[in-house]
This record gives sequence, structure tokens and C-alpha cells, in this order.
Amino acid sequence: MSTLTDPPKESFRLSMLIYDTRYRSATIQAVALIALMLGAAWLINNTLANLNTLGKTISLSYFTETASYDINQRLLDYDSQDTHLRAAFIGLLNTLLVAVMGCITATVVGVLVGVLRLSKNWIVAKVMTVYVEMFRNVPVLLWIVLAMAVLIESLPSPRAFRGENPEATMSLFDSVAITNRGIYIPEALFSNSLGNLSLFGESSMRFDVSLDLIAILVVLIAGFFVSSKIRQRADRIQEETGDRPVVWWQRLAVVLVPFVIVLAVLGFHLGYPELKGFNFKGGTHMRNSLIALWLALSLYTAAFIAEIVRAGILAVSHGQTEAAGALGMRSSRIMSLVVLPQALRVIIPPMISNYLNLTKNSSLAIAVGYMDITGTLGGITMNQTGRELECVVLLMAAYLVISLSISLAMNWYNNRVKLVER
Amino acid sequence: MNKSVFLGAMAFAGLAAGVASAGTLDDVKSRGTLNCGVTTGVVGFSAPNAEGVWEGFDVDVCRAVAAAVLGDSTAVEFVPTTPKTRFTALSAGEIDMLSRVTTWTLSRDADLKFTFVGVNYYDGQGFMVPKELGVSSAKELDGATVCIQTGTTTELNLADFFRTNNISYEPVPIETVAEAQQQYLAGACDVFTTDASQLASTRATFETPADHVILSDIISKEPLGPTVRHGDDEWADVVRWSYNTMVAAEELGITSANVGTMSASATDNPEINRLLGHEGNMGEMLGLDPQWAARILSAVGNYGESFERNLGGQSAIGLARGLNALWTEGGLQYSPPVR
Repeated sequence: MSTLTDPPKESFRLSMLIYDTRYRSATIQAVALIALMLGAAWLINNTLANLNTLGKTISLSYFTETASYDINQRLLDYDSQDTHLRAAFIGLLNTLLVAVMGCITATVVGVLVGVLRLSKNWIVAKVMTVYVEMFRNVPVLLWIVLAMAVLIESLPSPRAFRGENPEATMSLFDSVAITNRGIYIPEALFSNSLGNLSLFGESSMRFDVSLDLIAILVVLIAGFFVSSKIRQRADRIQEETGDRPVVWWQRLAVVLVPFVIVLAVLGFHLGYPELKGFNFKGGTHMRNSLIALWLALSLYTAAFIAEIVRAGILAVSHGQTEAAGALGMRSSRIMSLVVLPQALRVIIPPMISNYLNLTKNSSLAIAVGYMDITGTLGGITMNQTGRELECVVLLMAAYLVISLSISLAMNWYNNRVKLVER
Repeated sequence: MNKSVFLGAMAFAGLAAGVASAGTLDDVKSRGTLNCGVTTGVVGFSAPNAEGVWEGFDVDVCRAVAAAVLGDSTAVEFVPTTPKTRFTALSAGEIDMLSRVTTWTLSRDADLKFTFVGVNYYDGQGFMVPKELGVSSAKELDGATVCIQTGTTTELNLADFFRTNNISYEPVPIETVAEAQQQYLAGACDVFTTDASQLASTRATFETPADHVILSDIISKEPLGPTVRHGDDEWADVVRWSYNTMVAAEELGITSANVGTMSASATDNPEINRLLGHEGNMGEMLGLDPQWAARILSAVGNYGESFERNLGGQSAIGLARGLNALWTEGGLQYSPPVR
């Protein structure tokens, strides 16, 4: 018969918090957490006390006051009588514009350079190496300033276009004016315009959406949808009969014909820039601040993306290329159908952080006078209202939201393309 | 452990509070240097010369305060600030005073919590255009591209001017005068606008100043003056009277040349005697010694001398006194009595 003995009674002593390994880590963590919170509390308390000494209170009421400054590049209507909130919103849109343009260009250039750097052609590979090393190893601010200086100093000013024998003339059949104030390109105009759809009424977040643009997009999307249906039908016929019907002209027609018709109905024509007074009028004005920032940010980030792409391609086993070659595929198809899709799995996660970097680096815009959100909310508004704390906190929140949105979208995409494992 | 962290935090907070509450005058005296906010380089007002020594009209105010408080007009740490960073630098305590072509406005006084101790230059916003454009009035600038320093009152005046005259313009925001100059000279903007005195100073640095005209339109009042934080009136008094001394001295005929003999022995003018410490205890009232004013005047001279040396006939800029003449000569410069 076995004897049952009670386990010794647990008695808890305070010293066990440190000497007992079961509790020690919890104790250390609790102490560290309390220290962290005390530190944060001290910082906040110190800030509030200092603000109090200066006689300032935290308030967001300045947002509804008149901004009274002008912004040159505005995607939505804005004048100096609008509120600071509206100015911040215009700045936010400018930030998003340069970030989106930059990310797209950087991706295209980066992938090209990354692939070309692996080229067997010695000259091409070395030129790409020089490009990558040059852009990667010089601070992006210098590239931005350099791009701006080159644009300002090397291009003709609008004055040079004037007179009987002007020093400069417009390019592309007199449709594009390249000046040191930016590039003026023809703009799309509609003589039978459907007008605008005004969202959010008269508030600071009001947003006009062109109905013409919506109509064109709807027609295009419908066209692509029908086109994909035609392709599916062709695929089905091919599966059943082995013969693929010739459908490329049908697929092209369902997209193009309605598109051309809707353009004709809306009375589409181009507005060309013309020299009037001090500046070119008409057309779309791409300011050189935008061009300089966009070029510098994209070329700089493209150098990093190129390295990521190269790493991704090298990570795909050489056996894959050889196997595809054995099946008789051409080398360009091997790259686009076999190697790149597999490389994508390695490429995408570091790509997210490069998109984030590009977006955050766009805050260097003020160096060339591009009015992004740092220039409006974190610049002029902060300076005119003296609300440093509120403006900076809001600015940080804005960038945080943009960055988290990019991460979210890219993570979703990453989950879609990643290897499905059992 | 917990307790000691807390006590440590308390002690640290107490220490920080202690530092923050001491007067700026005592801070400057114990530090031995004056931190003075200036521009990043506007010739005539504040710019380093070929030897790297800061000089200019605004710099002289810094040097006057340093001479009065520390007895050494060279004991100044010049902190270059842009229009955007100047107020943050001042309210954060990074600089003790700001002497940087800063316009006195109601909101800067009441909302940004700064004390303007006086007006050392009465200015107004003007426009500079290349002569070849043939522009004679600011109202002809419809559609022009205007280079403007961002974070300044000029930005707001410009928006108001073009809006009330119902003409359009394209603003090109610029961070520093040097960048504005580059864009303006390359023709990337048609017009450069800022305070008229700064336009003159910028034009003086051009290769061919005669090719550029400053339009006669002055679209705003820009009283520029030295600035300190709210809430330290003793320090504001020291800066205010250091500056007033320069104006009063011009009126009383004290110059850097004759201040030595005048301060050696009492004169028969009681006002000069009070200023130079022979009568009364003006220095003691400010928390300074009796020789404070004499040191200012021997270091930088009176207001007129400083103006002539930095902005007037003796400089490349060649501005006339205009509104900045003494009140006795039809201008606006006037010092309250030293009494």
C-alpha cells in the first residue's frame, strides 16, 4: 500500500518575487513597465507644465480659423479664405500624389534596373551597378536639391519663349512647354461636360469629383469586364475543341469603341498651354518642385528596389530556369512566367518598407517648396498659429495613418502571392 | 527599486522645473554667453563677414545686450534661424532673444506669447522685379510667379494684396533668402517679395544690381524689432533698455568716439549723467552695474552709427534713414526718457 503524502503547503513570501524563478521574470517585466509609464507620465507632465508656464493651452480651435495663405499646387479648390483644416487637407493630397507617383515610378525603374543588373551584357550590368551605388549612397535630400537646381538652371524661363526669334520653343508640335517653372502639358477638356459631383457640401473636406471622369471609368471598366468574359469563352472553346478562336479584335473593340463614343459624346478636346503675360496659361502645369521631388524620390528608392529585385531573382533556384529552358521557353518568358512570380515572394516584404520610406521621405518636400502636408500643416499653419505641439502631433498621426494603410494593403497582397503550404 | 525609480523621477522633474524657473538674466550671467537668434544671412541685418564674424544692424542689438549684461560684446552665441524655426527656438528657450527682422503683430504678441521690446527698423513689404519686364506698379503683376519666404507675415500680406486687388499670382514658397535669390536670378520667378530693406540688401549682393528695380508700392507695415519670451519682464526690460540706450544716445549726441571721455567724468547734462551712471542708479534697477550703457555705446555706437555702418551710406546697401530717422528729424525713432 502506497502512502499518499500531501505536497508541501505553498507559502508565499515577498522575497520569492525576486528569488523564485517562477515569478522573477514577471516581476522584472512589471517593474520595467512601471518605469516606462512613469517616464512617459513625466514627459507629458513636463510638457503640460511648460505649456502652462507659457500660458498656452492645447486646443484645436485654430483649425477652423482662416488660413490666409495661398498654396500653389492644389488638387481641389482652395483660396486664402479657406480654413487651416482645408489647407492641411490640400497638403495631404499633395503628399499622397507625390507618394503614389513616386512608388509607381520607383517600382518600374527598380524592377528594370534589378533585372538588367543581372544581365550578361557587361556594359549594361556595370552601368546599372554604378546607378545603384550612386543613388543608394548619397542622401536623398541632396538628390532632391540637385534635381531642383538642374531644372531651374538648365531649362529656359518663360521669358525665353517671347519675341520674334525666341530662344526657346515649345516641343511636340507646340503642345508641351518645358520651362524652368515646370512643364506645361495639354489638358483634357470636355465641351459637353456633365459637371461635378460635390461631396461634403461646403465643409473643409469638400471634394468635387468630375462626372466626366466617372463616366469614362465606368465605360472602361465595363469594357474590360466584357473583354475578360470573351477570353473566358475562348478558353472554354479551346478546352472543348482544342482550337482557340481568334478573339483579339473583339476584345479590343469592346474596350475601345465605347470609350471613343463616350469621349465624342462628352466633346473631348485638348487644351494647349499658351504664353500669356508672365506665364503660360492653360494646360496642366506640373511644377518643377513636383518634378524634382518625384524624380529624386523615385530614382533614389528605385536603387534600393533594384537590389531587392536582384536578391529575389537570385533566390530562385537555377534549376527552375534550366527546367523552363528544357521545356523550350524563351529567356524573356522564363523571366516573366517562371522566375519573377517566384521571386515576388522574396521581394514583397522588403518592398513594403521601401514604399513606406518613400512616403516618409516626401516630407523633405519643403526643400524645393513643394507644399505637402509638412509644408502646410507642419509649416505655414504651425508658424502662423504657434500651435507647435498640436500641429506636430497631428502631422505624426497623418503619416502614421498613411504608412499603416500602405502596410495593410501590401500585407494583403503579400498574403495572396505567398507560397501556400500544407 | 520601485520607490527609488519614482523618487529619481521626482528629483529629475524638480531639477528641470528649477532650471526653467530661474530668470533669463541670471541664466545668461551664469552661462557667460548670450544666445541670440539671427537670420541665416541677410546682409546688413545679420550675416557673417569674410572672417566669419557676424555683423549687421540686428547683430548690433545682440552685441549691445551682451555688452550690458556680460561686459563683453563678443560673448554672443549667434544662432541662425529660418522664419519657420525662429519662434520655436525662442519659446523652447534655445535662444535668449530673437533679433531677426521679425515683424511685431498682435497675434505674435498675444497668441505666440512673445514680447516685442521695441521697433529697431520701420519697414514695409515691397517687390523686386527685373528691369527688362517693364513693370512699374505692383498692380501690373497679374499672373506673375512670386518667390516668397515661407513662414513670414509677407506671405499673408501677399495673399491679401492680390485678393483685394482681384489679380492672380503663383506663389513659390522658399525657405531661405539664398534659395529665393537663386530662383529669382534664374528666372524661375518673376518677382521676389519681402521687406523693402531686405530687398535692397539682397539686390546689393547681385552682380548687376542696376538690372533690378524695387517697385515703389509698399503693401504693408512691417515694424521689425527684437523679441523675447512672455513671462520674464526683468529680461525684457534689459533688452528693451539696451536698445533704447542706442536711440537715446544718438539723440543726446553720445557716440562711440566720445563715450570714453563722457563716462570718465560727469557732464552738465543730467540725462547723459543718468545714462552713463554718474547720477541715479539706472543700472542697478535693471540688475546691471552702473557702466552698462557706456559699454553698449563703446561697443556698437549709437543707433545712427549702427545704421550708417550696416545699412546706410557707409555700407553697400545704401538705405536712407527715412522713417527710421530720429523723431527730432521727422522720423519715428524715439526713446522713452531715461529717468
